[in-house]
Amino acid sequence: MNTSPSAPASASSQVQAVARRQRLEDSLFHLITWLFSMLVLLALLGIIASLFITAWPALSKFGSEFIWRVEWDIVNEEFGAAIAIFGTVISAAIALLIAVPLSFGIALFLTENCPVTLRRPLGTAIELLAAVPSIIYGMFGLFIFAPLFAQYGQPALQSTLGQMPIIGHLFGGAMNGIGILAAGIVLAFMILPFIAAVMRDVFEIVPPVLRESAYGLGCTTWEVVRYIVLPYTQKGVIGGVMLGLGRALGETMAVTFVIGNSQRITGSLFSPGSSIASTLANEFGEAADLHMSALFALGLLLFAITFVVLALAKLLIARGEKAKGTKT
Amino acid sequence: MDLAIYRRRKLVNRIGLTLSMGAMALGLIVLLWILVVLFKNGFSAIDWAMFTESTPAPGSEGGGLANAIVGSLLMVVVTALVSTPIGIFPGVYLAEYGDQSKTASLTRFVTDIMLSAPSIVLGLFVYAVMVAQMKHFSGWAGTMALSLIAIPVVVRTTENMLRLVPGGLREAAFGLGAPRWKVATFVTLRAARAGVMTGLLLALARISGETAPLLFTALNNQFFSTNMNAPMANLPVVIFQFAMSPYDNWVRLAGGGALLITLTVLVLNIIARVFFRDQGSR
Amino acid sequence: MKLKSLLVAVGLGAAALTAFAADITGAGATFPYPMYAKWAEAYKKQSGNGLNYQSIGSSGGIKQIRAKTVTFGASDAPVKGEELDKDGMVQFPAIIGGTVPVVNLEGFKPGELRISGPVLAEVYMGTIAKWNDAKLAALNPGKSLPDAAITVVHRADGSGTTFNFTDYLSAVSKDWSDKVGKGAAVKWPAASSVGGKGNEGVAANVNRVKGSIGYVEYAYVKKNNMNFLQMQNADGKFVAPDDLTFAAAAAGADWFSVPGMGVSMVNAKGATSWPISTASFILMYKEPGDKAASQEAIKFFDWAFKNGKQMAAELDYVPLPDALTAQIRQKVWSQIKH
Repeated sequence: MNTSPSAPASASSQVQAVARRQRLEDSLFHLITWLFSMLVLLALLGIIASLFITAWPALSKFGSEFIWRVEWDIVNEEFGAAIAIFGTVISAAIALLIAVPLSFGIALFLTENCPVTLRRPLGTAIELLAAVPSIIYGMFGLFIFAPLFAQYGQPALQSTLGQMPIIGHLFGGAMNGIGILAAGIVLAFMILPFIAAVMRDVFEIVPPVLRESAYGLGCTTWEVVRYIVLPYTQKGVIGGVMLGLGRALGETMAVTFVIGNSQRITGSLFSPGSSIASTLANEFGEAADLHMSALFALGLLLFAITFVVLALAKLLIARGEKAKGTKT
Repeated sequence: MDLAIYRRRKLVNRIGLTLSMGAMALGLIVLLWILVVLFKNGFSAIDWAMFTESTPAPGSEGGGLANAIVGSLLMVVVTALVSTPIGIFPGVYLAEYGDQSKTASLTRFVTDIMLSAPSIVLGLFVYAVMVAQMKHFSGWAGTMALSLIAIPVVVRTTENMLRLVPGGLREAAFGLGAPRWKVATFVTLRAARAGVMTGLLLALARISGETAPLLFTALNNQFFSTNMNAPMANLPVVIFQFAMSPYDNWVRLAGGGALLITLTVLVLNIIARVFFRDQGSR
Repeated sequence: MKLKSLLVAVGLGAAALTAFAADITGAGATFPYPMYAKWAEAYKKQSGNGLNYQSIGSSGGIKQIRAKTVTFGASDAPVKGEELDKDGMVQFPAIIGGTVPVVNLEGFKPGELRISGPVLAEVYMGTIAKWNDAKLAALNPGKSLPDAAITVVHRADGSGTTFNFTDYLSAVSKDWSDKVGKGAAVKWPAASSVGGKGNEGVAANVNRVKGSIGYVEYAYVKKNNMNFLQMQNADGKFVAPDDLTFAAAAAGADWFSVPGMGVSMVNAKGATSWPISTASFILMYKEPGDKAASQEAIKFFDWAFKNGKQMAAELDYVPLPDALTAQIRQKVWSQIKH
């Protein structure tokens, strides 16, 4: 490079000035983005803290046995979370039990068997289901599903599974179409589109070469999905299921309409119950003092349950990654 | 070749595929059912009056959803304005500095938790810090609750989209001597802007139908009002209130509102997908 | 492109933010909400002043008026006199309505079947579990009640309707009063009981579940054409619910016998009184912080008492009789400083 003898000195100081400025800008940028991340962190801590503070009167009065106390008496101010936790967990479990196999079937169909022209519209149809506000599911459950369930579904269940020795108790009692089982089924249809969409998305990004080599070896469609696609998409599938579970645990509107809102635990799935979200939605309006505090305690517990579920999911994923060798 | 094993495999395959067809059919039947109910009840309500008149009092004739639509729009727009910076910056942080820092993995974990947090609990939180302190319900509180739901979605998608930008692009920019912050914003973020927009649209779609958090924060307003510092009418709570009431025009309006929300969310989702696909094919 | 449209939206939004809302604010009871909403709409058309009423529940209303964030509070359950004095507030009834038991039984017309207070209490306690129980049959001679289980439907959320209903059950059954008590939400003892959200939820549940019994505010009975029960009142006569029987219950009440006018109208005397009637109350400060808003609120209620009677009848509530409103103006509103 031909430069005059005096040029290098001023040029390098200019360059150095620019470099210094850029370093400053970089640190500023790092700081700003870091601050915003901290904001998100602080938000979560703030949420937990404020929930805890408002819940404190109830927690301090009842102690840790609040979690398994089977009691919800507003007039006498005796509260316990067991009824709500029971309803939440059981209805979510039923929802998952129904939704996951169905979603898997839908995802399988959309990626393997479906004629190509139908794929886009059917996929959009599933997304349309996901767009429906959850209150519609609740109303659908109460006005359309529940009467049919009471007339056909529940008697059928009671005469078949209800006659078996141990699990028979689960299907006993009055058959009025609403209750924990009904809530679980309505929830299943609500989370079905989410899980199906996620599964379909992750099934689609499996590299075609993997699939085709399996087909080339003579695998049937089922075997390809079961032994190639599923393990490859394990992380995404678990993520999708956890997403669905999270929604099922926290869902308010769909559940409140059909769970029966009864503050008791009986042995039967046909009986009405309560979930944490439905109790909150119902009783928040007129709550005062200790009642309000107990409701906040319930909210805190729901948060904790979601947290535990998420941690378990991450553990499962990490274990899966380790087994596959992608992570040590 | 062992014929018995082959036949068994074929049978298992048959059963598996039939079951999956059955699942698809079941899903479609329920979908069609719900959609038919939704459209049937909602279509008759969608007319000019629904967009121009405010919610009617009990027993009054006619009326519309104008105040609820405007209220919801206001809150969603403000939420979008709030969650965009608060969501994109952490997303950039996670993508740029994410592999080197403990804060980053913590933030990612926290974002995941907030993504799955039940929206009703977030509503409780905003009630405790805003409504109880301000001693009245407000549109601002409603916005804050919606933002808490939207921000994690934006953070997540921003980070994912930024990571998808080919490394070669960033390295070329570094090679030209650009400082790190310019690479992150003018190159990477710009390249991923379609995906980031998608994330924002998805977040908005998610909050459009949320009812529970608004119940404790913005509540509802019978009249037309754009005062964010007071209870604000919004579609989900209005639908909740009107849907099972004994007044016919209320039930009709609830159906119309529900259809409106469904179509809005669907349109947002479709735009997000089309947008992203177009960008990806460039 | 997208940024520009966002900015435009912000601009519009900011401009719109300067618009103002209603002048008077009220909060509280859910029971009279349809009535206040209807009055507010008509009042706004006539005078241009709006009333923003938040139906957040009676305890919410009491909280807000105590915090002085609203012009008036509304409560279904009356506040006691001592507490009113301590807070420096006055209380007056604004509207009267009734709670009605409804059933889902095939083959019976609305109002065909009858029940008495103590028997109703036993049904809700769970001690009477079947429709063909002897006590129910005794009240309904000649009618064949089915051998079916009774599903009890109640409110899942706290409400003045429940308070009214449990107030009545406590008055007619010592067993109920001891074991359950009265309140906006109670621990429902019956084994087969289901909760519905709001009056609508109870109505919906009763309409769907065969053999169920529930309690709803009268407006829901009429609008949904539900199968209601006749009740035996304190005088022993069987009455059907309508504005005449509610008014008869109100007529018998001695409103100023209790400080703060917090008279309970359940199980009222009078041959044609409906036993589960209730008034809903308004709470205001004697020395309000915002005197102008307070006067506006009084003007609103004055207007409603004079001009809102037709609207009340349309919604199946009972407006206060003129004699009572005159006394309210004279004895209660005079205490509010302006």
